[in-house]
Amino acid sequence: MSGIHTLTMPKWGLSMSEGRVNAWLKGLGDPITRGEEIVEVESEKIAGALEAPASGVLRRRLAAEEDLLPVGALLGIIADADVADTEIDAVVAEFLANYVPPSEEEEGGGSVPGKIEVGGLRIRYLKLGAGGEPLILVHGFGGDLNNWLFNHATLAVKREVYALDLPGHGESTKDVADGSLDNLTDVVIGCMDALGIPAAHLIGHSMGGAVCLNVAKRSPQRVHSLVLIASAGLGAEINGDYITGFVAATNRRALKPLLSELFSDPGQVTRQLIDDMLKYKRLDGVAESLDRLAGKLFANGSQQMILAEVPEVFGKPVLVIWGKEDRIIPARHAPKAGGKVRVEILEGQGHMVQMEAANDVNRLMESFLG
Amino acid sequence: MARKITYQQAINEALDQEMSRDPSVIVMGEDNAGGEGSPGEMDAWGGVLGVTKGLYHKHPGRVLDTPISESAFIGAAIGAACNGLRPVAELMFVDFMGVCFDQIFNQAAKFRYMFGGKAETPVVIRTMYGAGFRAAAQHSQCLYSLFTHVPGLKVVVPSNPYDAKGLLIESIRDNDPVIFFENKVLYTMEGEVPEEIYTVPFGEAAILREGDDVTIVALGRMVNMAQEAAEALQKDGIHCEIIDPRTTSPLDEETILESVEKTGRLVVVDEANPRCSMASDIAGLVVRKAFGALKAPIEQVTAPHVPPPFSDVLEDLYVPNAAKIERAVTRVAEYR
Amino acid sequence: MNTELNRESLLKAYRMMRTIREFEERVHTDFATGEIPGFVHLYAGEEASATGVCMHLSGNDYIASTHRGHGHCIAKGVDPAGMMAEIWGKETGTCKGKGGSMHIADLSKGMLGANGIVGGGGPLICGTALAAKLRGDKTVGVCFFGDGASNQGTILEAMNLATVWNLPAIFVAENNGYAETTSPNYSVACENIADRAAAFGMPGVIVDGFDFFAVYEAAGEAVKRAREGGGPTLIEVKVSRYYGHFEGDQQKYRAEGEVQKLRNEKDCLMQFRRHVTADGDISAAELDAIDAEVLAMIDDSVVRAKADPKPGPEELLTDVYVSY
Ligand SMILES: Cc1ncc(C[n+]2csc(CCOP(=O)(O)OP(=O)(O)O)c2C)c(N)n1
Ligand SMILES: [Mg+2]
Repeated sequence: MSGIHTLTMPKWGLSMSEGRVNAWLKGLGDPITRGEEIVEVESEKIAGALEAPASGVLRRRLAAEEDLLPVGALLGIIADADVADTEIDAVVAEFLANYVPPSEEEEGGGSVPGKIEVGGLRIRYLKLGAGGEPLILVHGFGGDLNNWLFNHATLAVKREVYALDLPGHGESTKDVADGSLDNLTDVVIGCMDALGIPAAHLIGHSMGGAVCLNVAKRSPQRVHSLVLIASAGLGAEINGDYITGFVAATNRRALKPLLSELFSDPGQVTRQLIDDMLKYKRLDGVAESLDRLAGKLFANGSQQMILAEVPEVFGKPVLVIWGKEDRIIPARHAPKAGGKVRVEILEGQGHMVQMEAANDVNRLMESFLG
Repeated sequence: MARKITYQQAINEALDQEMSRDPSVIVMGEDNAGGEGSPGEMDAWGGVLGVTKGLYHKHPGRVLDTPISESAFIGAAIGAACNGLRPVAELMFVDFMGVCFDQIFNQAAKFRYMFGGKAETPVVIRTMYGAGFRAAAQHSQCLYSLFTHVPGLKVVVPSNPYDAKGLLIESIRDNDPVIFFENKVLYTMEGEVPEEIYTVPFGEAAILREGDDVTIVALGRMVNMAQEAAEALQKDGIHCEIIDPRTTSPLDEETILESVEKTGRLVVVDEANPRCSMASDIAGLVVRKAFGALKAPIEQVTAPHVPPPFSDVLEDLYVPNAAKIERAVTRVAEYR
Repeated sequence: MNTELNRESLLKAYRMMRTIREFEERVHTDFATGEIPGFVHLYAGEEASATGVCMHLSGNDYIASTHRGHGHCIAKGVDPAGMMAEIWGKETGTCKGKGGSMHIADLSKGMLGANGIVGGGGPLICGTALAAKLRGDKTVGVCFFGDGASNQGTILEAMNLATVWNLPAIFVAENNGYAETTSPNYSVACENIADRAAAFGMPGVIVDGFDFFAVYEAAGEAVKRAREGGGPTLIEVKVSRYYGHFEGDQQKYRAEGEVQKLRNEKDCLMQFRRHVTADGDISAAELDAIDAEVLAMIDDSVVRAKADPKPGPEELLTDVYVSY
């Protein structure tokens, strides 16, 4: 039945088992262009818009606003205007007849995070995809591998992609040694050793970008290419109030305005996002780890490790992505494009550009990685 | 995907991890290991429902089974807390408070104040509460409001496995006497719980669902029922905000008031009897401090003013449920 | 030694013990099907204790019981059919289905209630005894409690009070070797619970709880003393229970084969039967007939209990106060 496309409840991240239909952005019968946002969906953790998988006309809206539906459930149908209703009804009927909502056991679906020992630390990582040149995702200060929720699976279609929790973060050991960039770098290289990865593409966000820069500086032979998103390590400025506030915040009220700084759309700072961040911050050892990292890397509101020369010196492809409205690390830190360095500044975007403008960022990364 | 364990396992893990971390933490209670002096196995029970199972062998000498002498051992836990230990004593069912309450409310609760701020009594009393086991009037009561009434006691009522672990660790580390209420029906509830050690602070309500129409404040097991009701109500276009205070003393007044300022409508769900209860306490708070915001009379969904009955049909009528909550919310939402 | 027990009394005692046993065995079987709600604590194995004591009591005497109360209830004359219905949570139960196994009571029979609170009965029995004493009606109060309960402040305070006020009270410590999983070897600081009597200024005796006649004799003396104004007595009955603390208990704290050995060698019904048939006065056939009658009666009580209605919803709100 070519020409008939189903819209289904997406699965964003490992723990998503159901999502709520927040709002339809397109009406029945509206013409649709591929990539257009059609329906807003919200999981426990995150809200986002589902993009049209194909162009056509929105022929069916099967889910009502406010419906809570399992992952994979049918939301709507896009088809060309000339496809007969009977044909569409047949597709819907067939879908419904065959659809089985994911069971609790399946949810992990084999893509469960693993843990490896690196220099006496337990490091959590999540591997998706297989084959190709390996790619490693390194999150920023206070983040974890879930920061790649909207990117990881897309990137993993063509290659194996590892997302790490840095020490002091996520579910990795809450021990950042002296809090130095070299220590974090050692751990990332140690992970590559432990996972048997001789060389990889590195994608780093924020502080993770600085870590990737440092890996490229110290062990260039192990890095095929670099993608630096809102990266630290390229200039001295950083939002010191954010860093100090984030380290000090112990409750929802303190955290909410801070997390809002990360996004261009404050609506992204959901209750669940704040709660998850609080849960992380309340793990034993996190406060000390963050304090130590902040003291070492971002003392007195300025970045202490500047590796601005690396993109050029590295001599291999580098993609720099920045949200123009980044309020944590200014977009003007982006190096000059030229040679092997590509720079993409996204209008209207903030620090968490890989989440907020995931579709754009994914496209840029895909075309860069080839 | 994060690891899922039960409420009961979460409590066990909290005890285990804190005992490993801090040698001053000890556990005591009736049959908390089980088998003392008997011909069979030690650690035969690990508590009447197995919550402390395994701790006895893991932490030699630090899990003490007690005679059925609640006054003596609960009091001893309090005394030990005055002398450098962090005991976690188990009062098997909170209904048994009657035989030991003096040590709790006249002794532990009062030391700090009576002694001019010089005493610290870091004791935790874990206790089971609530209906649902067909265990009748002396094993089913929901008595946290009695403890909440007493200045000097902190009172914790976790509604899910995550909170149970974090709040218990917080309780153990806290330097005041803490009464930790475990709902027996929730023991088998599963939820995501980090393997790592973490805390949940006292006096911070959780907002489990956001909504603009009606605020539901619910405690313990009632939180799940409120969620069930809210999900159903959403289909009727009524958006509930659910607040779980998590601790009744201290109470996060601000979160409750902020929510009522937004919704103007309040339903309090409390498994306890209604008189002088958390339901009436929270309703009173809102009337005093957010009167201007109220658009409807406050509703309380509670057990009636009777003891818990034995027969299943009566017990099911006794305990609040999602349907009763839905009806109360609808009344409040439709009030003009 | 059983001189004062005539044939009729012996048959009565046997029927009482057999009724308790049959009742408990039946609850044990039915509980396993999952149909009986809540917790049940069975008295099987301890029948000679309740029977040996209650054979001395009349309807005006009071007893206070424990969570393991079915035996005390039956021995004090509570209707087994009503008890069965109560355990099944039915409207026809002794307490209209509001109390359940742990709270069966029949004040018209001088049965002040099974009790969910360990040690709850001691002070209450001081009260019924005080009333008896002040009225001068020569009735007594008996508090049954376990080895575990013997460590409860309420019991110790009650024994002291009983002597201080010279009350017609009898404290029957049923030492069945376990409080849940914990042995009195661990929890009771002195050798015997009865040793504590000295501290409270009352006589303390120890009897074999599998031997009906031993219990009967000791209780007889204590009841007589109390009726005559001689004050309280503590009787420690050394016995065992055949089942777990409650139904569902895996009993890992017990020795292998412990219960089977007791059933084979010490069982109170077995001993009683051997004793009375040896005297030639009572035949095995007579006892068999009682067994059959009791069995039929228990069967019938279960059939009725199952068929009886649950309490109506209006029952939820009644009986909280006499008036309100
Ligand atoms: C005040 C109080 N503490 C604890 C309990 C829990 N509990 C019920 S029965 C029991 C053991 C009682 O042992 P024992 O007195 O020896 O009586 P048995 O069960 O052996 O008949 C315990 C600890 C209770 N019901 N009440
Ligand atoms: Mg006992």
